[in-house]
Amino acid sequence: MSQHHVSATVNGEPVEFLCEPQETLLDVLRDRLNLTGSKEGCGSGDCGACSVVVDGRLMCSCLMLGAEAEGRAIETIESLAQGDRLHPLQQRFLEHAALQCGFCTPGFLVAAKALLDRNPNPTESEARYWLAGNLCRCTGYDKIIRAVMDAAADLRK
Amino acid sequence: MAYENLKVVGTRPIRPDGVDKVTGRAQFGADMTMPGQLVGKMKRSPHAHARILRIDATKALALPGVKAVVTAADFPDIPDEMAFVGEGPMNFRDLSCNCMARDKALYEGHAVAAVAATTAAIADEAVALIDIAYEVLPHVIDVEAAMAEDAPLLHPRMITQGVQPAPTKPSNIAKKMVFALGDIAQGFKDAEVIVQRKYTTKPVHQAYIEPHACIAAASSDGQAQIFSSSQGQFMIRAYVAKLLGIDISNIRVTPAEIGGGFGGKTLVYLEPVALALSKKCGRPVKMVMSREEVFKASGPTSGGAVEVKIGAKKDGTITAAEATLKYQAGAFAGSPVGPGCMAAFAMYDLKNVTITGYDVVSNRPKVAAYRAPGAPISTFGVESCIDELARKIGMDPIAFRAKNAAKNGTKAAYGPTFKDIGYVETLEAARKHPHYQQPLGKNQGRGVASGFWFNIGGESSAAVHINEDGTAVVVEGCPDIGGSRASMAMMAAEVLGLPIERVRPVIADTSSVGYSFLTGGSRVTFATGMAVTQAAEQAVVELRKRAAVTWDIPVDDIAWADGKAHPIGASAGKFPPLSLGEIALKSARTGGPIGGKAQINAQGAAPGYGTHVCDVEVDLETGHVTILRYTAVQDVGRAIHPSYVEGQIQGGVAQGIGWALNEEYIYDKDGRLENAGFLDYRVPVCSDLPMIEAVVVEVPNPRHPFGVKGVGEVPIVPPMAAVANAIYDAIGVRMPDLPISPPRLRAAIDRRAEAAE
Repeated sequence: MSQHHVSATVNGEPVEFLCEPQETLLDVLRDRLNLTGSKEGCGSGDCGACSVVVDGRLMCSCLMLGAEAEGRAIETIESLAQGDRLHPLQQRFLEHAALQCGFCTPGFLVAAKALLDRNPNPTESEARYWLAGNLCRCTGYDKIIRAVMDAAADLRK
Repeated sequence: MAYENLKVVGTRPIRPDGVDKVTGRAQFGADMTMPGQLVGKMKRSPHAHARILRIDATKALALPGVKAVVTAADFPDIPDEMAFVGEGPMNFRDLSCNCMARDKALYEGHAVAAVAATTAAIADEAVALIDIAYEVLPHVIDVEAAMAEDAPLLHPRMITQGVQPAPTKPSNIAKKMVFALGDIAQGFKDAEVIVQRKYTTKPVHQAYIEPHACIAAASSDGQAQIFSSSQGQFMIRAYVAKLLGIDISNIRVTPAEIGGGFGGKTLVYLEPVALALSKKCGRPVKMVMSREEVFKASGPTSGGAVEVKIGAKKDGTITAAEATLKYQAGAFAGSPVGPGCMAAFAMYDLKNVTITGYDVVSNRPKVAAYRAPGAPISTFGVESCIDELARKIGMDPIAFRAKNAAKNGTKAAYGPTFKDIGYVETLEAARKHPHYQQPLGKNQGRGVASGFWFNIGGESSAAVHINEDGTAVVVEGCPDIGGSRASMAMMAAEVLGLPIERVRPVIADTSSVGYSFLTGGSRVTFATGMAVTQAAEQAVVELRKRAAVTWDIPVDDIAWADGKAHPIGASAGKFPPLSLGEIALKSARTGGPIGGKAQINAQGAAPGYGTHVCDVEVDLETGHVTILRYTAVQDVGRAIHPSYVEGQIQGGVAQGIGWALNEEYIYDKDGRLENAGFLDYRVPVCSDLPMIEAVVVEVPNPRHPFGVKGVGEVPIVPPMAAVANAIYDAIGVRMPDLPISPPRLRAAIDRRAEAAE
């Protein structure tokens, strides 16, 4: 099998990589670009732990091929904080103890940011339905929702 | 309790590992890489029950990039040997055969061979090229079918233990057990109202979001390194040593961050196989399960059939209680039926009680611990039956429970006499909560249920190092599965008198801290917390000694408060207090580095109780149940970090709601799992749940320095009955079979309508 040569933008930086035709974007991020913040929980688009934003659209990176990233702009959890300054979502997750094991957390943060980018003032119900594609088995979602609602309020200020 | 006027314990600081986990920097099981690593993949049985006639790996080994293949022939053929190193008793031979099938594959997904190759694609191709000849055997899935006289036998030598005289014929019943107190026959004679019913539950998976993952490296001098995600690095070390015949001192296991476990990561699946592959080819081997493998080959908890009979006087006094529990163990003996029996009636002060349990094997993956293992299954039956009985008598369900509640001095059917328990306090708090008074609408109902869990102590090691700048490091050996690092640092900070930011907790590898039993049984904040506290206290003793040297006064004339040494007593002299930082800076001149350590077997754990109130609305058209409001009250002894205590309660409730309404293993007629993915095995998502109110009750455990009991397991015990009781309250339909999925509830509603016509 010959490898594909792909040029893309990841977290604002131009990147080039070679990948096998069957490799997912998640495989490429984790194994070729060493961006292991995106997690694989299912490989079938059901858990959201691998959430990334591709050209402004929230995606499961396990459902997209690496080869399909050609020419696209991808944002991952690694771009959420600005240097050592945490994003309000990250800060609120910490303050609310909205993570226990922390494995689903990167996916939730990426998905929540995508929500707030398009709807800065979501109702609790809107937040719950938007985040229904992200599974968390530890928290029962209570503290996650509180953190997202508080971060939304911070960002509106 | 030794500590009063707490400054750190009971506050809500940001967890020490938090930033790594919100930025994606934390290293979980699959995030580690080693130079030259290979990818390991498992070849698994497609059959529920089959004899392995021949394994031919010739074609796989000929594929370029394939470096090793292992089968059971590469593992020592170890004898039966029982040990208690994980969360329950374990037969090492069974564990070995579960990691790699020997002679027979006992369930679909059972590992039969493994491959190491340079890339995942090559490993997948090689797995497909391994040629295995099977003789397919009849299989059995259901627990009661497996107990039948003519059921296919999984283990031809299995003779039921606990039956006198011993049976002469083998069966799938591994063990029978009976717990009894008083005179059950007389108790039922004295009863004026009796409710008897059979309840069933389906196997459910822990469904941690992180699949099992590890990397193992063997070197030619016999040393082995393992980096893996588990609930106990020492458990991994012990099991791998036993299964591969390696000295414990030759294995070093580094715990990765763990992406959820709930009991499911208290066993080995990959680590011995990855190390066997590495030994064979001399390169590090990384293995990561797919979600399908997690469902098919790692342990869910048992499904069960539970018959419950409870009798009471019309005034609400229970006179007798009886239960028979049949639990699926999966392919090897060892279901949690024991704790299921012991927990079944532990909420009640009963004079006459008999509980009988059966541990039954069938062609399913071997069960693993899942949060309060065994208790949710029996408690679903008991707490549903209690609800029905309270209704028959015409008593409020909380008042009925309170009248019969276990109290200090209650003798449990399984032996102990309870002390320092807070069950009545949880009932009282639930009764007084505004939730319990809130009016309900049409097709809405309210259910109540309670639950119990033992909580355990056990072996833990910890060290506290005082740094030269006046900060401290806490070293301990229990993986942090839900924020326990924060609690450990807080307890040390409290003892040392330091702000929490100046105490850094570390979870060390097996060569860097003393033996610590795994993270399970709700033990870490209790037992490891006790070890950390004692280590910090020892450091304080040393700090006082150094102040004594500095001031040249007796150490008994020095008190430690607010992170400083203070001279006390008339003869002590008037010195300004010496801070921890000042003492640490001069430690070289007063005797060398300062620290403390503790290696203990923590005794004195106290059981936990919870009482839950759940409101539902039933859609009669679809059978869909909406959880409207949920309040979970629990006695935790003392909450060290209240946010993470609440989080444990909320998470346990969410898992219980999934167990009640949706989750189940579904098999086809050939014994193959039909829903091995999150699309078809439906765990609760954000939009399925309301906010879950956790009400923390604190009846301290006097045997822990801060009063801790443990919190993580109790909250999954009551929800199934709370939900089912709420459904009955809403529409008058009793649902004794889980899950109460829309088709099942809709069918029950239809049956009632037909019966009424």
